[in-house]
Amino acid sequence: MNAHFSPLVDITLRVNGETVSARVEARRHLIDFLRLDLGLTGAHAGCEHGVCGACTVQVNGQIVRGCLTLAAQLDGADVWTIEGLSDSGAIRDLQEAFVARNALQCGFCTPGMLAACDDLLRHNPEPTREEIREHISGNYCRCTGYEAIVDAVSTVAEARRAAR
Amino acid sequence: MKPAPLAYARATDIGHALALWREAGPDARLIAGGQSLIAGLNLRLSDVPVVIDITRIESLRGIEEAGTVLRIGALTTHDDIARSALVAQHAPAMAQAAPLIAHAAIRTRGTIGGSLAYADPAAEWPAVVLALEGTIIAASSKGERRIRAEDFFLGLFETALQPFEMIVAVEIPKAAPGERHVVKELARRSGDYAMVGLVARFAGARSRLAFFGVGDTPVLAKGAMTALGSGVEAASAALDGDLDPPDDLQASGAMKRHLAKVLLKRALAEAAG
Repeated sequence: MNAHFSPLVDITLRVNGETVSARVEARRHLIDFLRLDLGLTGAHAGCEHGVCGACTVQVNGQIVRGCLTLAAQLDGADVWTIEGLSDSGAIRDLQEAFVARNALQCGFCTPGMLAACDDLLRHNPEPTREEIREHISGNYCRCTGYEAIVDAVSTVAEARRAAR
Repeated sequence: MKPAPLAYARATDIGHALALWREAGPDARLIAGGQSLIAGLNLRLSDVPVVIDITRIESLRGIEEAGTVLRIGALTTHDDIARSALVAQHAPAMAQAAPLIAHAAIRTRGTIGGSLAYADPAAEWPAVVLALEGTIIAASSKGERRIRAEDFFLGLFETALQPFEMIVAVEIPKAAPGERHVVKELARRSGDYAMVGLVARFAGARSRLAFFGVGDTPVLAKGAMTALGSGVEAASAALDGDLDPPDDLQASGAMKRHLAKVLLKRALAEAAG
């Protein structure tokens, strides 16, 4: 193996609006990079093979699986996690609706769920309940179930429509 | 649940990717969206010493009209295809199939080239390109060659690609006027691999039916295609001869064959409606 192939990769990217430069292991996936290297523990590492959705974060404006994305591939990317989405206020109404509707108990799925629901509402501001269910079908919740989450998203869609 | 240590290289163009690959050896893998590869790396299903990142090769990305075909670059994501007006107009089966693939956060990164090269027999794209008579364009150090979909899928996760040969694009003939496409699948949960799926192109004598999740490769139901002119029941009965699905964790072979008939009837009803 020669110098073309490196176990360490230098990347510079934006995370929650701040520029970050790091040398990462080639095998490091994004969710571990965020949690272990940057200390952004909001998004969770769940199944680590793309099934549960707990690691859902935003990359270049689209949601991705943090566990199925290598940090090494993200040089130049724009990453937003629940910390940034919360601080910016972009999803405050969604977060408040989750609380009001008891759409979380343990909260493990919630950061990923919020990222997925935010993505849905950005692409489809007035989703049907069926469309909400479809869009969060890749995000597992093991305590509240989905009814309250669908309620919360519906509430926000309706409130945003009324405000337009 | 983390990948074993591996090395990484970022390719700048196709020639560079092929040169890096030869240098790294046959166990190295090209990585695009990584939605199957990284899951496999996390589970340590295979020993991959090197990944070669091809996602910066812009010539591999995008959807364009080229005469009678749509040319879709290997790096085009499922999400790109789902949102493409060109695809919706000229290849309705692709527009229907894309949203059925996995989940929203996977469709944003997973690519059509990756899916075809991986050749999962339960995946949507292999059956779509088979039904639509697509052509896979592959590049190697010897140049480019064209492989018909019917000659591409050889077995379970096995394709006609040679060592150090990569998919650069797929060409899909544009739908003719009056041609109807229907994609149907049955999965236990939304986003799961289908128990059985069907990509149907209804186009008179050019009609084609490709099933997925029913064998080692996507399967062209030639008996049913011939019997389409004789009515729904005849076409459905012909599937007994076309399909011999093995049992798997999701369903018995007999159940899969039954579901294939259900899908064919639904597709015919939808096309007639």
